[in-house]
Amino acid sequence: MPSPARMGPAVDRSKVEFVLDEEPVEAWVEPNQTLLEVLRTVLGHTDVKYGCGEGVCGTCTVLFDGDPVSSCLVFAVQAGGHVVTTPRGAGPPDEIAALRAAFLAAGAAQCGFCTPAMLLTVHHLLMENRAAGREDIRSGISGNLCRCTGYTKILDAVEYYQAGRRTGSGSA
Amino acid sequence: MTGRQAAPPIPRVVPRSGSVGQASVAGEFAEKIAGGLAYAADRYEPGMLYAKVVRSVLPSAEIIAIDSSEAERLPGTVAILTASDVPHNVVSEEASGLGMTVIQTPVLASKRVRYAGEPIAIAVAESPHLAEVAAESVFVDYEPLDGVYDADAALLPGSPDVHERGNVLADWNLASGDVDAAMAAADHVVVGEYFTQAVDHAYLEPEAGVGWIDADGIVTLQVATQVIEHATEIAALLGLPENRVRVIATYMGGGFGGKEDMTVEPFLALAVWNTGRKVQMVWSRQESLLARPKRHPFTMRYRTGVTADGKLVAQDIDIVGDAGAYPYLSPRVLFAGAVTAAGPYRCENTRIRARAVFTNNVPNSAFRGFGAMQVTFGYESQLDRIAATIGADAGQVRLINFLDEHDSLPTGEPVPTRPAVAATMEAATQALSEVERKEPSATLRYGRGFGCSMQPYGRTVFFQDRASSWVGFQADGTVIVRAGVTDLGGGQAASLGQIAAEVLGVDPENVVVHIGDTHLNPLTGGTFATRQLYMSGNAVLKTAMELRETLADVAADLLGVAPSHLEFGGSAVSAGDSRLTTAEWVRACEQANLPVAHMSTFFAESGDFDPRTGKGQTFPDYTYGTHAAEVSVDLETGVVEVLAYIGCHDVGLAINPLRVEGQIQGGVAQGLGYALSEEIITDNGTNQSVLFADYLMPTSREVPDIIPLILEEVPGKGPFGARGIGEPAIAPVAATIASAIENAIGARPTELPITPERILALLEERHRPGT
Repeated sequence: MPSPARMGPAVDRSKVEFVLDEEPVEAWVEPNQTLLEVLRTVLGHTDVKYGCGEGVCGTCTVLFDGDPVSSCLVFAVQAGGHVVTTPRGAGPPDEIAALRAAFLAAGAAQCGFCTPAMLLTVHHLLMENRAAGREDIRSGISGNLCRCTGYTKILDAVEYYQAGRRTGSGSA
Repeated sequence: MTGRQAAPPIPRVVPRSGSVGQASVAGEFAEKIAGGLAYAADRYEPGMLYAKVVRSVLPSAEIIAIDSSEAERLPGTVAILTASDVPHNVVSEEASGLGMTVIQTPVLASKRVRYAGEPIAIAVAESPHLAEVAAESVFVDYEPLDGVYDADAALLPGSPDVHERGNVLADWNLASGDVDAAMAAADHVVVGEYFTQAVDHAYLEPEAGVGWIDADGIVTLQVATQVIEHATEIAALLGLPENRVRVIATYMGGGFGGKEDMTVEPFLALAVWNTGRKVQMVWSRQESLLARPKRHPFTMRYRTGVTADGKLVAQDIDIVGDAGAYPYLSPRVLFAGAVTAAGPYRCENTRIRARAVFTNNVPNSAFRGFGAMQVTFGYESQLDRIAATIGADAGQVRLINFLDEHDSLPTGEPVPTRPAVAATMEAATQALSEVERKEPSATLRYGRGFGCSMQPYGRTVFFQDRASSWVGFQADGTVIVRAGVTDLGGGQAASLGQIAAEVLGVDPENVVVHIGDTHLNPLTGGTFATRQLYMSGNAVLKTAMELRETLADVAADLLGVAPSHLEFGGSAVSAGDSRLTTAEWVRACEQANLPVAHMSTFFAESGDFDPRTGKGQTFPDYTYGTHAAEVSVDLETGVVEVLAYIGCHDVGLAINPLRVEGQIQGGVAQGLGYALSEEIITDNGTNQSVLFADYLMPTSREVPDIIPLILEEVPGKGPFGARGIGEPAIAPVAATIASAIENAIGARPTELPITPERILALLEERHRPGT
């Protein structure tokens, strides 16, 4: 999908190359374009959401070399040579599938707008700490706002996931 | 005046096949969780244009000149539109619904601006950045005028007029009995003043949409909206016949009433109409915080006469709500506040006045709870004050005053269905009593409290509400439902699938629901006023029942029984041991030349209200509830922490218990922000809260696990006896928290939000000698 920015008058663009969800990608970007904007409009990743542009709401969270960042606060050119992971591309696939199944079973989404980034953050916390429990996740997701669920069912989902892992039934 | 006209009866069905009443995660949720669902801002196309609104920087000013020449010369600018480019530059709404108030709101201001953020022009350009630069390059020459920024001040003589007709937008007066005599005869008169603040919906999806003109010349907008029926207003402002504008609603990233009025629609429509090209408009968060209507701040003054044992004998209530600069839905919000201002309590002598007042603040409009939510903080604070005054238990005072089914509301109309508020109070307080008590420490005090509420569901009956739906079988026995509902994330679409599945006896996964399109779906009215389950749920129930009745004879003949003996379930029609699969049944109906699809309309009950007398019929029904909470208060810092929270509502019947729980939990979290931290702060009309970093909504750390308690006590007026739950869940929160804080520190917060600064002020006041 072409960038909307390319429809305008000529501006200085530079080529940025990075690894996106395990695939090498390249994009021609303007110096003031954020990683969020390029992911959404150039690379088709609308699972990364714009919510505030201030790094407050967490809906644009991606993993940058494995750590969660607000992609609205990163210039696209800064991604050059790095590894970026989006909610759709996080892995391993069976872990993601199990976590998604737990979110679904718990009813952990309402409007769904915060959900991909919320799930990515929870996934990251669980990969960092396999034993993470309800209170660990409650602290860990405080950078991802949710306006619909009151967070309770998101934490329920974590418990479903952990219970599934213990019994071996959670990896769908 | 005619009496309340009941809705035409729908055959009552007892849920049996198991689709209704079961926790369901059907519908779009899997796609949302996987990140695949496209929202309004997720649609990019080569060659698309981008539009940006130019907004007033002053709250009250005359516009001397608008100079767009520099913006027009910029590379990439396609158009700069001002008032003269709008065919009919007015959104005219008779906001009360009773023929009282017509104030015309311009789409683009040309001579006068009345709030900071008011739209003046639209910049359309080849990229989002270029549209932003072009918008910033439109120069507006203003002559500042005096403004008024406080609703009480706007009522004073000599205050600047926001509109020529004066500053009172609506003045509702309800009265029953002889208030003055009863007040004079009362053993105690309890006086209280309560103040609430402006807050933002803060849905995580900012306002967004795309628009284009399709191959047939239809102006088409695909937007995040709660109300696709705004298509008619868009047609009016473009000067087009109503069938030339199509609105498609996307799944919303939250709405809460903030996408009930139009957001991007008029600007997108004008940009599309003037350029002939596809245009996207996405508001920034900061633009949304600046210019979107907020929740009305209320000033509530209560005088209540009570007997020595706590019986309410007289209520005199005065409410002033800040409407901001334009009407939007303010008259209706203050009306809902007036009707519910006395709460779920009996009082034969009641006088209620509620005024919506213009100021030069950003307009306020619909927000989950719609006026009936603010007054909960008023009447519940007042009930606690009464209990303290007479030295009675807060629960006992409520028990002797709760409305029952034989009582009337202050409008003179009978209570629509039996209020089971006492049952919710018992359940919520009982659940809290099972939480282990904590010992106070040197700096921490613990407290418990509760709050009760009544919240309307459905529009006022004088709007003669209606909703239509279409239900049809495919030849293989699967089902399609079409209804123009919009979905905010509450599972609005999925619940319609459950209802159709229940009636037709098919599995919910064999039902597909198409929503949110003015040209392809029967219209249901928007998703607001906790009306969608009540209205479109009843519409789908009615349509599916009529379809089933039309086709039942064919199955009855084949199975050799009377139609009344048929059972519908498990994707089959059966009578005893003999059965037809749904597919076999449908094919037999087609061979018999019967239509296997049907459209029908549900008409809500109707009635009249006379604003001169304050008497008549108002809301179809109410959802009652009680919340209970435990808090800790830090005496040194003033910080309040919520440790336990229970939200209990009588929902009549839970169509999908998982989604009912979700509504309660989410409503509580949003209510905790309202109670403790959220506020849009303005300084002489200038919004100081235009960054998300400055707008303190609860994170996961501020919200405890919320325990939802679902009661199914008294059938309501929705499908299968359901009551709405979207708005009711937020109403009791602030009162509940204030009550728990009072229990902890012995002083009552009367102003929201209850910030640490206000707690410290309360503590200081408490310790001051002589108070």
